[in-house]
Amino acid sequence: MATILDVRNLTTKFYTLEGVVNAVNGVSFDLNKGETLAIVGESGSGKSVTMMSILGLIPTPPGKVEQGEAIFHRAQGACNLLELSPKQMRDVRGGQIGFVFQDPISTLNPVLTVGEQISESLTRHMGMTKFQARERALELLNDVGIPDPELRYGCYPFQLSGGMRQRVVIAIAIACDPQIIIADEPTTALDVTIQAQVIDLFKKLRERLGVTIIWITHDLGVVAGLAHRVLVMYGGRPVEIAQLYDLYEHPSHPYTVGLLGALPRLDKREARRLVSIEGTPPDLLVPLKHCPFAWRCKYAFPRCWQAIPPLITIEALHQIACFYDLEKGAPRDE
Amino acid sequence: MYRHFLTKFGQSLLLLFGVLMLAFFMLRLTGDPATLMMSREATPEQVEAFREAMGFNRPVIVQFLDFASNALTGDFGDSLHYRIPALPLVLGRLPATMQLAATGLLLAVVLGIPFGLLAGFKPGSLLDSIGRFLALMGQSIPNFWLGMILIIVFAVRLGWFPTFGNNEYNSVALPAFVISLPAMGQMIRLTRSTVLEVRGEDFIRTAHSKGLLPSTIYIKHILRNVAPPLISVAAIQFGYMLGGSIYIETIFAWPGIGQLLQQALGWRDFPLVQTVTVFTSVVVLVLDLLTDFAYMMLDPRIRYGR
Amino acid sequence: MEGNSMAAGADNLLDVKQTFWDRLRYFSLFLKRDTSGIIGLTLFGIVVFAALFAPVITQYDPLDQNLADSKLPPSWTAGGTRDHPLGTDNLGRDLYSRIIYGARVSLTVGFIGVIIALSLGVLIGAFAGYIGGKFDAIIMAPINLVLSLPYMLFVVFVASVLGRSLFNVIMIFGITNAPIFARVTRGEVIRIRETAYVESAVCAGARWWRIIFDHILPNLIGPLITLATFEVSAMIFYEAGLGFIGLSVPPQVPSWGNMLAAGRLYLTSYPWIATFPGVAIMFASMGMNLVGDWLRDVLDPRLRRSRK
Repeated sequence: MATILDVRNLTTKFYTLEGVVNAVNGVSFDLNKGETLAIVGESGSGKSVTMMSILGLIPTPPGKVEQGEAIFHRAQGACNLLELSPKQMRDVRGGQIGFVFQDPISTLNPVLTVGEQISESLTRHMGMTKFQARERALELLNDVGIPDPELRYGCYPFQLSGGMRQRVVIAIAIACDPQIIIADEPTTALDVTIQAQVIDLFKKLRERLGVTIIWITHDLGVVAGLAHRVLVMYGGRPVEIAQLYDLYEHPSHPYTVGLLGALPRLDKREARRLVSIEGTPPDLLVPLKHCPFAWRCKYAFPRCWQAIPPLITIEALHQIACFYDLEKGAPRDE
Repeated sequence: MYRHFLTKFGQSLLLLFGVLMLAFFMLRLTGDPATLMMSREATPEQVEAFREAMGFNRPVIVQFLDFASNALTGDFGDSLHYRIPALPLVLGRLPATMQLAATGLLLAVVLGIPFGLLAGFKPGSLLDSIGRFLALMGQSIPNFWLGMILIIVFAVRLGWFPTFGNNEYNSVALPAFVISLPAMGQMIRLTRSTVLEVRGEDFIRTAHSKGLLPSTIYIKHILRNVAPPLISVAAIQFGYMLGGSIYIETIFAWPGIGQLLQQALGWRDFPLVQTVTVFTSVVVLVLDLLTDFAYMMLDPRIRYGR
Repeated sequence: MEGNSMAAGADNLLDVKQTFWDRLRYFSLFLKRDTSGIIGLTLFGIVVFAALFAPVITQYDPLDQNLADSKLPPSWTAGGTRDHPLGTDNLGRDLYSRIIYGARVSLTVGFIGVIIALSLGVLIGAFAGYIGGKFDAIIMAPINLVLSLPYMLFVVFVASVLGRSLFNVIMIFGITNAPIFARVTRGEVIRIRETAYVESAVCAGARWWRIIFDHILPNLIGPLITLATFEVSAMIFYEAGLGFIGLSVPPQVPSWGNMLAAGRLYLTSYPWIATFPGVAIMFASMGMNLVGDWLRDVLDPRLRRSRK
């Protein structure tokens, strides 16, 4: 599979009154064309900040992308997103990479009609006239499953239900035929039934448009229905990257095991207690020189406190950052 | 939408009623309005005669109903000093005050809002600091005192502007500037804070993520959301200017309602004082209604009702 | 679970080296915000000092008329004397003394006025907000009426009816500014009443006084203090305004407003009589406004997390 996005060593910090927050610490991963990569982690794990850093959406005081590269292999040739000029970046955003955010009521401008918010992307990136943009917007509203697009075009966000609003946001994201869509917790703010509908919509669009998707979430249940590969993050670092099936059947990082243990399963025979991971997420103000998960890890041993575990490949398409080998039940040989 | 407007209109009528009640009772705060209005040297017989003539011996309720119904038809009694109906006097002075307040508001908006915008878009910059300093000045300097200082400097020493009255084309400059200062300060602050608030909203982040041009984001997304509170406050400030006109008009001898009020106070012409107060309140109430209307036009959430 | 949390040897590996530059940057961020507050407090402090120590720092009695020495300019201009550093007014009274003593009038009006307005307003607003329903509507009707009218006109009207006295002035301002406190209090009470943690306190069986003291009052303090500071500044202004029209304290009493009124009559020939009181008002007002701004930033609940 061809790589469409190659992120190496991304580091982002926030300089605040309380100190320096190390939000993203050396994140590396690749994204293959046409696949759906899920980025999973708790609040504060850095999953959203990683994506926003790549697209230059971090407010620059107080944030700063310290280092790293994000090579975007687009149709016209490759480029490093972190080195683009603001003008070039504006062309990429919306035109080649689309965003779907979490809470549709605050994501949409309350004083503009829904149709207008779709059309403005079209006129901006596709060079359409207002008339053409309107026609295309109506098609898009139809594609995302909104009934009676003609009527809804002129509606304001507050007049639509939560599910419809999110569909509009999706329509905006796909409007300019982007090569990548980044969805940041798109279903978190929705009812479970609407969640299912939105996920279905994504699957449908994925089939039709062949678009690459990055899906950020903290919900492993959603991931199971949609992703091809999963990247698990903790403390601003990647801790496990694996294909979907591998992750669920052979989770190799203690954190991932913990996450799955906390997940209610309908497919297992016996009933069992949900296991939660004791402890709290790390304080990002403190620059760590050891594994961020060490405090909460059942298997931590002295090596874990001495260095940060690097991301290593343990099998095909399966990487983890851990000094302990779960299958063997003993520290990993290095 | 119409229901909303109707409710507001109804509330305004209630407020109007409240104003009339307030004005009526304020005259009777010390108990006897007759002694209040008569001069110190008046004999008890003269006071009693006056009391009869003005109908102060009737039951309070009757007096109030009389007053209210007359007021609604525009009859506020006669001015004690001029001995002619009070309302036409006030109306005659209205244009001058309107001119003053309108020019003042224009200045406040034209100078204040751009500063506030610049400060909001570049917080922490030099422009921001200048803007905030100006705002602080505008709100901390007693504008009638500043008016006096400016008269000394610009009118007397430099002779650029006339010292008093509304006789020349540039008469309005100094008074309007002075009356605009508190409002200008307020506009700078409010614009700045609203811009900062709107910029932090999620939908602005969305606009950025769509790769829209900065000019589009500023105008279509940010400004359109910044405008409503500014309009609201501008209207309130206009009301304050009408109230504060008494000071400015006194200093600059501007022939408006404020000056009339100040003279009326000096003459103890309470019917006139009452008329000015009630009338100005009515103007402010009407202004509130108009602002509401403008708000409705701008914010679709109110237009389509909830 | 075998705890390995915070293994003993781990502490010296937590290399939390806040460099000198980190600390300096942290400190300067705070300083930038607090400077204006400090300046404000200083300015206002000077005014308070003047009011408290008036007899000590002045030479002449502010009521002392001396027509022979009237209309003297400030000491640094031609014709002035060291005796009267800021000159004298039309009746020969020392301007410096009158300004210092004027601080007393302004501060008295400001502080007592605000105390009255705050007490009345918070009481009304809290009840209206907490009880709600018809009671709320009835109480708030006159409050909203007062708030939507041109304030100064009514104050002037009432003052002219009641006559000139310090008591009247304080009462007028106190009562007419209570609505502002009432509205803010009511808004906060309603907002807090709706929060989840009050709901849970009620469910846990807390009595109403506990809810008020533990939950509502602490949240009120911030906005009320900020509002009170701005109101003191406003009242100083209003007193000056009333004095300017001749409706404040009796004319011989040294108040900044009265001095401005006197000064106006001699504006073109003896401008200093009107200049200095205005400067004094500006001082006091600016001081309070700066303090109010600073308080508002500091007490902003959204920023509270950033304050250790």
